[in-house]
Amino acid sequence: MTTEAFIVDNIRSLSLLGPEIVLSTGALLLLITGIAIPYWRYRMVFTLMGVAALGLSLLPLMVLPSPGGNIPYLSNLFIWDWLSCFFKPFFAVVGGVTIILIYGSKEIEDQYYHESVFLVLVITIGMMLLTAATDLLMIYVAFETMGILSYLLVGIKARDLRSGEAALKYILYGAFTSGIMLFGFSLVFGVAGTTELSGISQAVASVSVQPHNRLLLITSMLFFLVGLLFKAASFPFHFWCPDVYEGAPTPVTAFLSVGPKCAAFALIIRLFYPLFATREGNELYTTATGLDWPAILALISAVTMTWENLAAIPQTNVKRLLAYSSIAHAGYLLMGLVCLSSLGLRAVVFYMAVYLFMNLGAFAVVAILGGTAESEEIHFYRGLGNQSPFVAVAMTVFLFSLVGLPPFAGFVGKVYLFVAVISREIYWLAVVAALNTVVSLYYYMRIVKAMFLEPATESHYPDISLGSQLLLIALMIPTFGLGVYWQPLAQIVGFMF
Amino acid sequence: MFAEHLLSWIIFSPLVGAVAILFVPKRLPNLMKTLALISTAIPLWWVAQLYNQFDPADAAFQYVERAPWIKAFNISYSVGIDGISILMVLLTAMLSFLCIVASWNIRQHVRGYFALFLLLDTSMMGVFCALDFFLFYVFWELMLLPMYFLIGIWGGPKKEYAAIKFFLFTLVGSVLMLIVMVVFFFGSAEPTTGLHSFDLMILADQSMHQSLLLNTTIRWLCYFALLINFCIKIPVVPLHTWLPDAHVEAPTAVSVILAGVLLKMGAYGILRISYPLLPDMAFVFAPYVALFGVISIIYGALCAMAQQDLKKLIAYSSISHMGFVVLGISVFTNTTAINGAVLQMFNHGTVTAMLFLLVGVIYDRAHHRIIDGFGGLAKTMPIYAGYTGLAFFAALGLPGLSSFISEALVLIGSFQQYRVYTITATSGIVLTAGYFLWTMQRVFLGPVKEQYAGLPEINLREVFTLTPLALIVVLLGFYPMPVLDLIGTSLKHTVDLVLR
Repeated sequence: MTTEAFIVDNIRSLSLLGPEIVLSTGALLLLITGIAIPYWRYRMVFTLMGVAALGLSLLPLMVLPSPGGNIPYLSNLFIWDWLSCFFKPFFAVVGGVTIILIYGSKEIEDQYYHESVFLVLVITIGMMLLTAATDLLMIYVAFETMGILSYLLVGIKARDLRSGEAALKYILYGAFTSGIMLFGFSLVFGVAGTTELSGISQAVASVSVQPHNRLLLITSMLFFLVGLLFKAASFPFHFWCPDVYEGAPTPVTAFLSVGPKCAAFALIIRLFYPLFATREGNELYTTATGLDWPAILALISAVTMTWENLAAIPQTNVKRLLAYSSIAHAGYLLMGLVCLSSLGLRAVVFYMAVYLFMNLGAFAVVAILGGTAESEEIHFYRGLGNQSPFVAVAMTVFLFSLVGLPPFAGFVGKVYLFVAVISREIYWLAVVAALNTVVSLYYYMRIVKAMFLEPATESHYPDISLGSQLLLIALMIPTFGLGVYWQPLAQIVGFMF
Repeated sequence: MFAEHLLSWIIFSPLVGAVAILFVPKRLPNLMKTLALISTAIPLWWVAQLYNQFDPADAAFQYVERAPWIKAFNISYSVGIDGISILMVLLTAMLSFLCIVASWNIRQHVRGYFALFLLLDTSMMGVFCALDFFLFYVFWELMLLPMYFLIGIWGGPKKEYAAIKFFLFTLVGSVLMLIVMVVFFFGSAEPTTGLHSFDLMILADQSMHQSLLLNTTIRWLCYFALLINFCIKIPVVPLHTWLPDAHVEAPTAVSVILAGVLLKMGAYGILRISYPLLPDMAFVFAPYVALFGVISIIYGALCAMAQQDLKKLIAYSSISHMGFVVLGISVFTNTTAINGAVLQMFNHGTVTAMLFLLVGVIYDRAHHRIIDGFGGLAKTMPIYAGYTGLAFFAALGLPGLSSFISEALVLIGSFQQYRVYTITATSGIVLTAGYFLWTMQRVFLGPVKEQYAGLPEINLREVFTLTPLALIVVLLGFYPMPVLDLIGTSLKHTVDLVLR
């Protein structure tokens, strides 16, 4: 390609960055507006700007080419495929719900309000770029955009000790693990001589016959896992998670438990399958480097879900309980990745879509009910079923869906994962996951029990605003709807792999 | 149009009623109750029509409806009934209707109670009609949610414990069934398209089973997992411990449904899922299942004898009576025993429903259920004593009342194959007679306790709920053929499947 053609081509492919460009513009406008107008009066303005930016960022998807073609763009930095296009609206929803929750939350002081909305927008850009990136450097930049800004977001309650402690823990852990991941990237670059994933995957196939190269690749793969499992909050890199989730403002917790976690899973799909697995036929993959990494992931998955489900049982703080539950869900998601099959990958993406609504919903209820340390205790929920039945029913729907009971979407997600695992005849993992479902029922039901079965205490529930109710309805519709009819979503994930 | 979708109407009309109830203003509790009554009465009427038009000579499923639901997994909404299902649907429709009447004095959270009750009704109907494994599973699990709240909110003092125990036990079984369901999905394929399927007809066709399901170990494990699930539901000793707790804490109507319908689902599941899908394993497991059936008969009876709480007594007697069902369905040398077992399912449904309703009557008046706390009630409440006497004699298997015939059929049928078991099981009948008569004596005979001298007699609404059941008990005691005719062909078909 001549230089001229190269430049023209790159300029053309800028259009494929449409969503991110719209979002960046929105974020910058927000920042300027925040300086220009008195921040303490216009929370609504920032909220609307944030949500509008997220909404508008999806408009380019209507005019841009359909994602079926797997178009690489910007000199192979990014790829335009179903996976990346699926995650753009996905993260937009995460960001939008978070911004709405921040609006209603009293935890974040007015002076930090527009900054937190700005941070959410930029992290969303980072996550969108991350799921589209196909170049190690770009991946790292996007990964850190997401990472560093989420450390800030956790610590946004400047005067709150818990928030500060959480941010510090998160940053120390995060810096350490992403440093190790970067080291892994450098090793891969050393072996393959390129940072493009497609180039690396070709190189991996050819060089992994030599033992010393293979050792390097295996080391780098393990280093990748450190960074990715940290972000996904899976065993053994999950210890930060309960503390950070508890300390962070609740809307931020909701954001972290879905956004960066799902981004990490998308990245595992992006990195591990092209690099360390070769496709065999239409459906199946085999490992490329000789290391049986699916077995490692299977073990991690089993330990993650079992440990965290057991750890969640004695919790009395709802946020902490949901933190453990979200770690356990990382364990469920890993089930799909160990299958080395397209079916497994489809199951993971499907589960993420379901998890998005139900987990955001559960955290949304926690956020709506207050944001004081007292309101996060389970006993605060006593008698909620009498006082505000709507919120209690919504919470019940989300929790039942998290357990994986029909007719809610979580059940279908679980079925997808079971189907994937059993199709590869990994029965033990299916049995472990099934028994974990039962364990998880017990602690989720502690909240339900408090809401409906136990007599009311003198808790003072805040009035539930119309906006909050609409938000809960908006999250309940897919949580229920995808449990009854999920053919459209099944089709979309079917296109991906 | 209507006749083609009759089953769907029957399944979902309670659900429609439940949704309607949610929109009734809070100050009109009676409207909610009336709506609930209507939305169980109409399906009862339809089921009666179904019963009239049903052709018992045909072993195939009737009133079949099929519609694709989720193409990605080849899941279809398919429902249909054969002789076994129509009997269960009949029982469900009848008991649901009577339970709504029996729940008329619910005052706390009326809306929630009736909405959940109707949801429960829908899920039970769905279980008995589903012909797609996935659909069956969805209805099976859907039942847990209303049941948890019905026990947990409207139950007795230890309701939270009982509710979560019920939930956890049942969920252990269901997740095992989920795994089996997925194994079957991959283990068989449709003949024409080669697609995997959840359709029970296709899964039952042994020639469709592919490599995964040809492995004997896998088949063994699958059958075992299914058995655990269904035995928890029946419940078979030693998986029964949730039942006494759930019964004692549940409100009357919920106990009725629990004992009358939910327990039958276990046995129904074995007949509908386990036997057709894994007939060879059914044959292998049958002697052990029969053994546990006999253990349930004896153990349940002995436990019942030791109880002080009337509801607990009936709960243990249910375990004992369901033991006969378990014993009966494990016999393949003749169809007598299995016919008796399914008849026993129906009879136990009606008799236990009566028993729980009767306990509810006395509990509403005396506010306790301790057997030794009463005495001489026959003098203060003669009509009540009459109904209770009928129910007790039916439960202990007095000739001329329905349970006698079903238990006798089971014992006659099983004698050929399991001689020792049958003789042991017969002693269970003696024990049953023992504890029912002893209870009768302590509650109704002897001197009248003065604090209960003025107990009001059973009222008209309560008589209305009991009389239809009492009539059925007497009628089937003399002439069981209406039921036996209904189920005979389907059961013969099932036994043939296993023996083939």
